[in-house]
Amino acid sequence: MTRQRMGDRIATALLWAAGILILVILAAFLIRILGQGLPVLDWNFLTSKPRAMAAGGGIGPQLFNTFYITALSLLISLPIGVGAGIYMAEYAKPGRLTELIRLSTEALASVPSIVLGLFGMILFVNGMGWGFTIAGGALALSLLNLPVLVRVTEEAVRAVPQSYREASLGLGATRWQTIAKVILPSALPGILTGVTLVAGRAIGETAILIYTAGVTVSRHFPDPSLMAAGETLAVRIWAVKSEGLVPDADRIAAGTSALLVLVVLVFNFLLAAPLYWYRSRNSR
Amino acid sequence: MSEQMRMTVENVDLYYGNFRALRSITLNIPANRVTALIGPSGCGKSSFLRCLNRMNDLVPGARVSGSILMDGEDIYAPHVDVVLLRKRIGMVFQRPNPFPMSIYDNIAYGPRIHGEKRKAVLDELVESSLRGAALWEEVKDRLSKSALGLSGGQQQRLCIARSLAVKPELLLMDEPASALDPISTAKVEDLIRELRENYSIVIVTHNMQQAARISDYTAFFLSGELVEYGPTGTMFTNPRDQRTEDYITGRFG
Repeated sequence: MTRQRMGDRIATALLWAAGILILVILAAFLIRILGQGLPVLDWNFLTSKPRAMAAGGGIGPQLFNTFYITALSLLISLPIGVGAGIYMAEYAKPGRLTELIRLSTEALASVPSIVLGLFGMILFVNGMGWGFTIAGGALALSLLNLPVLVRVTEEAVRAVPQSYREASLGLGATRWQTIAKVILPSALPGILTGVTLVAGRAIGETAILIYTAGVTVSRHFPDPSLMAAGETLAVRIWAVKSEGLVPDADRIAAGTSALLVLVVLVFNFLLAAPLYWYRSRNSR
Repeated sequence: MSEQMRMTVENVDLYYGNFRALRSITLNIPANRVTALIGPSGCGKSSFLRCLNRMNDLVPGARVSGSILMDGEDIYAPHVDVVLLRKRIGMVFQRPNPFPMSIYDNIAYGPRIHGEKRKAVLDELVESSLRGAALWEEVKDRLSKSALGLSGGQQQRLCIARSLAVKPELLLMDEPASALDPISTAKVEDLIRELRENYSIVIVTHNMQQAARISDYTAFFLSGELVEYGPTGTMFTNPRDQRTEDYITGRFG
């Protein structure tokens, strides 16, 4: 065997091994989390309220809060993030303002989430005097989403072939018509991928929410009030393991972890399904 | 030329930053005729075409001086609505660029953005435009299918149909057949000859046989200059300029 072919074989083997390794890590991780957690999950666990001292509490409010806060934070950050991304890709001319916006986006993206949490606490919890609230949590979480959404949107919009713009403008479309009818639909798959990414991170976020939405839940369930405390699933795992007084803390943490994985999966699926449908409709 | 003119171009210079891409071009574009722009790569023929519907506006640093009049009106005057201008001047590009939508939506795109909502009118426009582009028979049963599923030649005729749907007065074509196979090219050429009845056409081509086959007038560009412009027949049999003769006889380019 020549040296070149030898090198080719080795490279193939190494790259294959790297791919398999990822698979093994994920599989081991999922088997452990789901293996320990799934048996805990039953209707009662999913829908009942947590208990402070006694065993047998559920995570109903946390499940509700997880979806509620994630959805609210997306509701706040999506229009701003996508809007800024479109501006950066389509309108921004090279210059001071553009550089400043880009710098701000990158700076925001590099802020550790614990700092965003403390910032949220200073601003919403203490400054506004709201205390720990779902509103404060969602707003602080939006700061985490924003830079990713801006960047993903900008990249997705830039990736739309220039020929689409020319075709549309050549037909006498305005810039906005071109963006709304041709560019955004073409960039949508990329933007939705970004939303999936952001939603996954938001669902699993703890540091920000501990300081803004708190580690307790409303006495009512479900409580759609924006001003209620809003512990989420991820925060519940942290809280029950680090300062929980319930005797079945391990059971609750295991069940909540499995549920969290499933929630992310469901969320991704909900976003991917229309994407898949959209792609298959437009490709051929 | 004792023709009726659609567009008159006088002393047009085009700069990209400091680069002078066109040098005082003066040329008249007759109505209901096919005018071919020929010349080697980089000679400025495509750049010139893009001056005619202000597509160069999209290029940062591009500047145009001189005057381009369409039906007597300066298209670079400050009060001119570029959007309206581009509606009057259709453009077909080098590579077919259908939108990732259905065939029907591609054709209806132009009329829709200009406010046409009536289904019957749109249906009629889609059919007449596709017929005008000699594509109707091939696609009439799959109008709701994606345009990306068409062959390259069909896509290009679709793009021509899409331009026709907004009823332009002038049609600009930037090497419309260069990405197509010979059979598709022949179809597009036949189509251009037919369109001449109702439209004024300016076509950029690097293929001299094509220019000879389909055009009434030919302009030869070289290094940003217009070397020679005249009736295609004269140009190909009896060129005035030595450089034109060298080019069309294949001595360079």
